[in-house]
Amino acid sequence: MTTVSAQAVPVIPRGVRLHEDKLRGQWVLLAPERTITLDPIGLAILQEVDGLCSFQTLVERLAAKYDAPVDQISGDVAGFLTGLADRRIVELC
Amino acid sequence: MPTRSEIPAPIAMLAELTYRCPLSCPYCSNPIEMAKKEAELDTEVWTDVFDQAAKLGVLQLHLSGGEPASRRDLVALVAAARKAGLYTNLITSAIGLTQRRLAELDAAGLDHIQLSLQGTDADMADRIGGYKGGFARKMQAANWIVEAGFPLTLNAVVHRQNLHQLPQAIEMAVAMKARRMEVAIVQFHGWAMLNREAMMPTAEQAKEASRIVQEARARLKGTLVIDYVPADYHSDYPKRCMGGWGTTGLNITPDGLALPCHAAQTIPTLEFDNVRDKPLADIWYEGTAFNAYRGEDWMQEPCRSCDRRKLDFGGCRCQAMAIAGDAAATDPVCVKSPVHGKMVKMARAFSQEDTAALVYRKNP
Repeated sequence: MTTVSAQAVPVIPRGVRLHEDKLRGQWVLLAPERTITLDPIGLAILQEVDGLCSFQTLVERLAAKYDAPVDQISGDVAGFLTGLADRRIVELC
Repeated sequence: MPTRSEIPAPIAMLAELTYRCPLSCPYCSNPIEMAKKEAELDTEVWTDVFDQAAKLGVLQLHLSGGEPASRRDLVALVAAARKAGLYTNLITSAIGLTQRRLAELDAAGLDHIQLSLQGTDADMADRIGGYKGGFARKMQAANWIVEAGFPLTLNAVVHRQNLHQLPQAIEMAVAMKARRMEVAIVQFHGWAMLNREAMMPTAEQAKEASRIVQEARARLKGTLVIDYVPADYHSDYPKRCMGGWGTTGLNITPDGLALPCHAAQTIPTLEFDNVRDKPLADIWYEGTAFNAYRGEDWMQEPCRSCDRRKLDFGGCRCQAMAIAGDAAATDPVCVKSPVHGKMVKMARAFSQEDTAALVYRKNP
């Protein structure tokens, strides 16, 4: 399973923007030469990424908000963010 | 003709703001016959086109040319595009960009810069770009771009004469802290068609380029993302044509023609609408050029009954026109094309023309 250090701070870097694509009724992540369609889970994660809070805090916030166990969502969030970090769309600082 | 509900909205638009350019790259994708400065759309028309594009569903706007920095109103155009809600990408040689202009572009909301690279040293870059001193000016501007904090993609166009510099180009991208790099082996359209003898890579070079990219991708995972356009004359299957003709993107020429791809004017049977005359949505959904190769009804054998038609849409229409003489034919890159053998022979012959001189692009 993919893991991310608890202290790592996920950041949406300059040049990447969350955007509501009203015409298609969806949210997307706009990045250089890439448009990533977000499902409700991806959107929920990225809306909590404020560039300040650590991965651990992010997971705790999501767990509280969606009433889900931390252990269960930690792996999903780590996998999602690592996938974006490998493509330089999110930074894990 | 398909109905509007059957046609997806476009995601990307390439706005060729001008054909003017300080460089004369022999592989330029611009057409041989270019509209002059007097014919260029003005700020007001471009602003309206950006608004229409955003309403039509376009998310990403690529500001290109020629050299888009040759437009005096570039900052105003970026501001207008951002106001319309578009993601703005500037595709530039960086020559002519000053620190002050970059600060203005930053303030206007420019999202990203894609910087072209003609070679990794002045000797190569100035010879390919046809501009002595151009490399030094580019590298100066590149430093300003990095200092200003713009997200950067380095775009290296490679061919027989500079392919040996590819490893160094990748290192330059890392040194510039670029997040992305595009390694594109020259596509033979536009001015490049006049330079196939001088620029066609050998089959060995094409293979070596693929190996270098594969190795760099693994080594630089999480540091540099590399998009790669392989040498199609040496491939067995064609590239997806524009992600599907009239399904994903469109191109607006400096004088306002709406094209399904930047080379579409090489297909003599097509007629193009102008954004000065018609709403962009009408052109996208009803224009004859956009509908010419939508769907599969236009396909011939071997595409018509081939499973790969869903993957590559029969390949590049402009290449089918150029090599097979019929824009509805199978892209001759495909091993199933009846003229694939001819293309293989052409590629081999061109790649051995060691005395061929470069034919430089001329300004309009």
